[in-house]
Amino acid sequence: MKKLVILGAGTAGTMMLNKLHGELDRNEWQITIVDQHETHYYQPGFLFIPFGIYSKKDVIKPKRDFFPSGINVITSEIEKIEPESNRVLLNNNSVISYDYLIIATGAKIAPEQTEGMKDKLWQKSIYDFYTIEGACALANYFKHWEGGKLVINITEMPIKCPVAPLEFAFLADSYFTERGIRDKVDIHFVTPLPGAFTKPKASAILGDFLGKKNINLTTDYNIARVDNDEKKIISWDETEIPFDVLVTIPTNMGDDLIARSGMGDELNFVPTDKHTLRSEKYENIFVIGDATNLPSSKAGSVAHFEADILFENFLSAIEGQPLQAKFDGHANCFIESGFGKGILIDFNYDTEPLPGKYPLPGIGPFSLLEETKMNHYGKVMFRWMYWNFLLKGVELPIESNMSMAGKRF
Amino acid sequence: MATKEIAGKTIELDADGNLAKLTDWNEAVAKELSKEEGIEQLTDRHWAVINYMRKEFTEKGDAPSIRKLTKESGVDTKELYQLFPKGPAKKAARIAGLPKPKGCI
Ligand SMILES: Cc1cc2nc3c(=O)[nH]c(=O)nc-3n(C[C@H](O)[C@H](O)[C@H](O)COP(=O)(O)OP(=O)(O)OC[C@H]3O[C@@H](n4cnc5c(N)ncnc54)[C@H](O)[C@@H]3O)c2cc1C
Repeated sequence: MKKLVILGAGTAGTMMLNKLHGELDRNEWQITIVDQHETHYYQPGFLFIPFGIYSKKDVIKPKRDFFPSGINVITSEIEKIEPESNRVLLNNNSVISYDYLIIATGAKIAPEQTEGMKDKLWQKSIYDFYTIEGACALANYFKHWEGGKLVINITEMPIKCPVAPLEFAFLADSYFTERGIRDKVDIHFVTPLPGAFTKPKASAILGDFLGKKNINLTTDYNIARVDNDEKKIISWDETEIPFDVLVTIPTNMGDDLIARSGMGDELNFVPTDKHTLRSEKYENIFVIGDATNLPSSKAGSVAHFEADILFENFLSAIEGQPLQAKFDGHANCFIESGFGKGILIDFNYDTEPLPGKYPLPGIGPFSLLEETKMNHYGKVMFRWMYWNFLLKGVELPIESNMSMAGKRF
Repeated sequence: MATKEIAGKTIELDADGNLAKLTDWNEAVAKELSKEEGIEQLTDRHWAVINYMRKEFTEKGDAPSIRKLTKESGVDTKELYQLFPKGPAKKAARIAGLPKPKGCI
């Protein structure tokens, strides 16, 4: 029997498991998947929790609901990979060997990377919404908050879902308006980027939205530390920004297991061929999702497009064929803009987000870089698609590589 | 493609205003670019960063991120921001004659 081991049963690992399980001959292949948790979190849903739109129960399901039968599931923390001897050491002291390995261990926040972040104000006046714990704690705080300075700060790039902090700002505007205290809340969006977003066209358009919604924007701001006594953040060049509540998007890093295995870059992301998704160093290791160092967005939609490419290349690799499928960096994000509306962007490595219609040229139903109700429904629908199609590896009627049809440029 | 007179040479620039060709770079060009970035005098510490960046780029094909820089060049983050105020990675890359770092998306 040949052995395929998948590390991480989050968005990308679960998708790959289901796709490959349907294809690989059961008499020839034994598939094993390893994860430390039994619960699957729908992370895009974390965004809505602080505003009471979703609660914890709306974003969790047991992982086993998405595992096909006839595979080996191991619930344990992964200690390290030994790529030279094709084996993985688990925290429960067992060792598993593989012929092929897929790394899908994702990215997580590392607030301890910034001085004073995880100090006495943590989860008192400083919150994150990238974890279930942070999102729920913030929901409790906002319920009773009567206003003041709300600072939303991205520590450094890259982060998962780079539009999520902007969406947070838009939703905060909407939420405090509905609660009737918007005039008492000063929303300040503070980013290390030169604009509201990375790519120039989208950045200009999204920047306008911030202005219209009366959200202050500070760009090129690189946080160095948090002063817990004076309640302010301080940049490397000593610019101070005071807050009453700080919503931080801390440094995002790959799991420590990658560092323990000596396989990561300075942020524990695994160097990966940006087109084939094979590890740059090891022929029998593939990497997918947030765990890679690809210069694409770290998003579930990206992992989904990558999965189609990795599926093809994996089948080529085990037949000894050259890897022909090429990932183009395709990303597609619904941006929740508050008051029941949304914006959609679609882009790849080489083409920045452009206005137009998606996915059917001229028809839509979604509008790119415009604020519409339909785009909001797209975001709402995404959760349903995620649980019912995406994780199960069912094909969606969307091209994995980006298309220029329907775009204005 | 845009061109510009820098240190007595006509030099091609890319869309970001960085040098289009690595080979056009020399110390005189670096000095002039640094003035455009608001840095009057390039000290040994500046050069430590610039040389490290050029070495990384030649070996890896991409300019290093700030994290990598501070981990490996012997210049810590605080000093890096003093040397190249505002955007150290971007500024140092430009002065070193490299394209803008791809790092952020
Ligand atoms: C607030 C927020 C909003 C988002 N919004 C969107 C959105 O609107 N659209 C979108 O497309 N994407 C969005 N994303 C991003 C999306 O959730 C991720 O990109 C996606 O989940 C990545 O999948 P992954 O499989 O690479 O990682 P994950 O889904 O995070 O899975 C990694 C798995 O590996 C396991 N693991 C890691 N290390 C170990 C170890 N040492 N031992 C055992 N197990 C381990 C973890 O337990 C986890 O189950 C959002 C993310 C956040 C945080």
